[in-house]
Amino acid sequence: MAQLFFFYLAGIIVLTSILVVALRNPVYSALSLLIMFFHVAGLYVTLHAEFVAAVQIIVYAGAILVLYLFVVMLLNLHREDRYHAQFPVAALLGMTILTEVALLLLQRRSDAVTPAAPPAAAPAATAIGNTEAIGEVLYSTYVFPFEVASLILLVAMIGAIILAKRDLFEQKG
Amino acid sequence: MAVPISYYVILSALVFITGMVGVLIRRNIIIILLSVELMLNATNINFVAFSNYFHNVAGQVFVFFALTVAAAEVAVGLAIIIALYRSKSSINVDEFHLMKW
Repeated sequence: MAQLFFFYLAGIIVLTSILVVALRNPVYSALSLLIMFFHVAGLYVTLHAEFVAAVQIIVYAGAILVLYLFVVMLLNLHREDRYHAQFPVAALLGMTILTEVALLLLQRRSDAVTPAAPPAAAPAATAIGNTEAIGEVLYSTYVFPFEVASLILLVAMIGAIILAKRDLFEQKG
Repeated sequence: MAVPISYYVILSALVFITGMVGVLIRRNIIIILLSVELMLNATNINFVAFSNYFHNVAGQVFVFFALTVAAAEVAVGLAIIIALYRSKSSINVDEFHLMKW
């Protein structure tokens, strides 16, 4: 049953991510990315990461993708784009990683030994919820990266306003 | 019953390849940024899969940070796109070669 869910979600994720790159119209690409985000959130739920799944839907599908769609509609694009001339580089790099994936699959097929037994489940992790567990780790061990993340968001906000505003410095002089 | 960890790694690698090829072969800057989102999501899948495998919440915390960086990147990237469109009225990457050697 878990495998069935995984193969459904993985199939849709791979299909929609290929569609994001292959479709001509940017709006269709963004909507295809939306479907991919929802299925990635479903994958997180099957991995017992419910908080991350909710954040994925709220932030990625709710905020980031809406921002993309706003810009696509703001720019009013005429579609004329062909593919870029860097195709050989892309094919080379893609083939390299695809070969690694194929090797991983073949290696898994050949020796039936599982690579490493997962460590025993911490009993405390199941006793409290996923969100509580993340919150405890986030505000104790990772409190400094958390503050740095808030600083990154502040800098991004100021930078976006300065870059997108047309006459920021011309009003003074 | 349980899905082996290698399946998640393979799925993540496939999504990452798709994003990387998209960055390299598309000319529309918006599609390039969407492909960067694909690559970030591929790493997030890996983080959550290994977080579940090792029963350690730290992986999900890092997904949280990756999400923050993605949001910041989108805000600045789209602002740059708007500024570029204002100066050239195009978002084809081939037309921007001012800082290229």
